[in-house]
Amino acid sequence: MNHFRTHLGRTTLALASATLVAGVSLAASAESPHPAVETLLEMGYPAPQEGELVHIPPTMADLEASDLHPETKQVIRRGYDLFTNTQQLRGENVFNDMNCSSCHLGEGRQPFSAPVWAAAVTLPNYRGKNDHVNNLEERIAGCFAYSMNGVPPEYGSDDMLAMTAYHQWLAKGAPVYPDQPIYGRGFPAPDRPDELSYENGEALYVENCAVCHSEDGSGYYEKGEYVFPPPWGDGSNNWGAGIVRLFTAAGFIKNNMPLGQPMSLSDQEAWDIAYYMSSQERPQDPRYTGDVAETLERFGPTFHRHSLYGQEGPDGEVLADHANWGEKGDEVKPWNVGQPRFEELKAQ
Amino acid sequence: MTSKRIAGGLGLLLGVGLAAGQAMALEGDAERGQAAAGTCVACHQGDGSGMNVPGGESWPRLAGMDASYIAKQLHDFKEGRRQNASMMPFANMLNDQQIADVAVYYSEMPVTGAQGGDVDESLLDRGEQLALRGDWDRYIVSCKSCHGPRNEGAGSTFPGIASQHAGYIENQLRAWQADERSNDPQNLMGAIAKRMSDEDIRAVSAWLASQSVASE
Repeated sequence: MNHFRTHLGRTTLALASATLVAGVSLAASAESPHPAVETLLEMGYPAPQEGELVHIPPTMADLEASDLHPETKQVIRRGYDLFTNTQQLRGENVFNDMNCSSCHLGEGRQPFSAPVWAAAVTLPNYRGKNDHVNNLEERIAGCFAYSMNGVPPEYGSDDMLAMTAYHQWLAKGAPVYPDQPIYGRGFPAPDRPDELSYENGEALYVENCAVCHSEDGSGYYEKGEYVFPPPWGDGSNNWGAGIVRLFTAAGFIKNNMPLGQPMSLSDQEAWDIAYYMSSQERPQDPRYTGDVAETLERFGPTFHRHSLYGQEGPDGEVLADHANWGEKGDEVKPWNVGQPRFEELKAQ
Repeated sequence: MTSKRIAGGLGLLLGVGLAAGQAMALEGDAERGQAAAGTCVACHQGDGSGMNVPGGESWPRLAGMDASYIAKQLHDFKEGRRQNASMMPFANMLNDQQIADVAVYYSEMPVTGAQGGDVDESLLDRGEQLALRGDWDRYIVSCKSCHGPRNEGAGSTFPGIASQHAGYIENQLRAWQADERSNDPQNLMGAIAKRMSDEDIRAVSAWLASQSVASE
């Protein structure tokens, strides 16, 4: 286990520097990098490649200092609040133990942790997952249906507006539909090793992850309040969430975990832990047809070929061969799943 | 998802030696703990409130701290896994059962207030920022991410830091920075501490001290 140590002996008030560099987008060049990028380099992340779009989102302190209308600030704050404490929608839109910021670290701003501003400038766009053009609200609706094992807020609702406003605030200054690749987008996967080991993954999980996420993967709540999210089980994302894909899980782990020690695990270690984690059970995919093999066949090409859905699990059982919907039960169904768009256009 | 799960896991996961494992298995008794805590009172006070000693060695509040956490620290002092010239002789006076007892004794005390939070507002604001939101541009994760929503602790692994003396928190963070303290699991705290500026340390310590914790 690497003990990752970094010492940045800065004495300046970071608040001042944040205001100065609020919402800065640059094409990567030979000039001296943004302080946040300097930090990333010191943490072991790759440097921006020539021509990559580097965007460091503004902070909530920048929001307060900005000239936006006070009501706009209020709505963006509401979006921030929902993003970082999505649990407040528990029982209404959220039916598990997660927050958006459980995986989108650093309030959704953090490069290499799927910063959410990117969705605001690359959508509307076609998405293979549902085979049609999605806008930002539909993208967010997917997060509720899958990652939160829940039901999305209605399109156009106050909460949806607040969340999209937060996404867009974070995108301040970034070009819309950028041509360049985006530095730090998503959870970039390390190269997949030749062999993946469940046993290794389990041992590594116990050694590195269980201290926060518990040995049984249930995460940790302190007196009923969220502290650490569950990587599997009924409290976790369901089988439809992007992170069930091995490469996404490996990318998340490698670039972000253990918390505060990114890039400290080897590629093999990250993939093995991802393999172990992805072999555990969780609530059913909302796209379930009633038969796991049929669901796998239908959604394999676009999605589940990257996951262990319908594959043999550690005890010889078939993973996701069940109708366990977790806390939402089988009465609550996400209305956005399977909803088609542009049927007339497609018929042409 | 109860504190028991983390505490139970600790026995397996810490691997800090048989002594700690045995202590986890020993049941503590507060009444016996009170008797054994005679030598603790001079610094940690009768009500477990400790004392803030600006510029010196502060004595932490023990009142209301998690019992397993206290026990682990005492074992770590004894075994030299946590270095402190003041605490080592006192920890050596206690046998395993007494450690379990004083830990329970202090854990059952109502949480007391802390000193050292009386600093200017901009420093407090910075402290609040770090404690609740962090500073991710410097890869400083918020304190509450691990120490719980109000920094009152999470299980036995992550101690409560709200309503703790600023001087004590400062000293610990500096100790981690200087590699003088390293008994945290997996260097989780050390990694964060090493990214904090001196101003950050003073800010977050003052803010945490200014958080008055209502005890259950």
